[in-house]
Amino acid sequence: MELAGIKIDETVDITDKVCPLTFVKAKVALEELEEGEILAIRMNDGEPVQNVPRSIKEEGHQILKLLDNSDGTYYLIVRKAED
Amino acid sequence: MAQIDYGALKKGGFMRQKQKGYFSLRLQVVGGNLTAENIKAIAEVAETYGKGYVHMTSRQGVEIPFIHVEDIEAVKAKLAEGGVKPGVCGPRVRTVTACQGSDICPSGCIDTYSLAKELDQRYFGRELPHKFKFGVTGCQNNCLKAEENDVGIKGGMEVSWVADKCIHCGVCEKACREDAIRCTGTEVLLTKDKCTQCGRCVKSCPTDAWEGKGGYLVSFGGLFGNKIYKGEQILPLIHDKETLFRVTDAAISYFQENANAGERFRLTLQRLGEEKFREKIRAAYEE
Repeated sequence: MELAGIKIDETVDITDKVCPLTFVKAKVALEELEEGEILAIRMNDGEPVQNVPRSIKEEGHQILKLLDNSDGTYYLIVRKAED
Repeated sequence: MAQIDYGALKKGGFMRQKQKGYFSLRLQVVGGNLTAENIKAIAEVAETYGKGYVHMTSRQGVEIPFIHVEDIEAVKAKLAEGGVKPGVCGPRVRTVTACQGSDICPSGCIDTYSLAKELDQRYFGRELPHKFKFGVTGCQNNCLKAEENDVGIKGGMEVSWVADKCIHCGVCEKACREDAIRCTGTEVLLTKDKCTQCGRCVKSCPTDAWEGKGGYLVSFGGLFGNKIYKGEQILPLIHDKETLFRVTDAAISYFQENANAGERFRLTLQRLGEEKFREKIRAAYEE
């Protein structure tokens, strides 16, 4: 899969969770990747998209893009940092 | 036995209880922090002289109930060994409260604890016409409820966008809760009148393309007791402590000079009209 010209290694959908489990689910998905791999996180508008990117940044991962899917959800594209 | 001077005891943090001869001893706490050594001394006093428990007050204070009047000196001495001092009550500057701030909390925009200590050293226990409260909160999440204090200080950030660091990812547009940021794909536009200086764009930006200059948003005249009034911000973000202290000095002096005995700051401002006070504060700010 490719999004906005970026090759995606794995995706995770956190639209079924509410804060703080949104971040927990995203974090677990990131832990299963190798360093440098790319994860696309599908999240809802509102609180998740306000807060999850910042939490991912605070964990030290590299955010590449936030894509508006125009259906009330977004993809946050993240490159996994080393542990 | 000599007559008990309740006024002096209250000033020194001894709150008279319903139970005759007993006091709830209020302790001096700054910014909600106590050391392990402090806590050990407090525990020992509570066990030896009190009833083996403490009460956490609504403003980050600690009180040890059931201290008998005859034990006051022994209790003070024991607490002093652990670096603990009695607090204050009555018409003076009370406990300076603070959240954990930028030292600990990812959301913090200012170092609240250092500031609380400085405010405490500058003002704690100062005699005034009525009680006077300072509270310091690190950001606009406002965990410490700045506006309920006579002087509330809240951390904020003046933000600016750095074009050459930006990867146009779009995160900041969504992180902003005020709809003040628009990402066009090639540019990032900030509507300054909408910006509340919360710093969320700075905190969320993955490439540090938002720079934030931290500072203090000060509110005056909050009350949260018999009467409730939200403290009002009348100045822009203050970047340096020197200006901040000029402003807080001006506020407390105005209260000292103009309040009637037993009149809270907000009621003084209401009685005299706010314009004069605002002029004084603006003059101190611009000095």
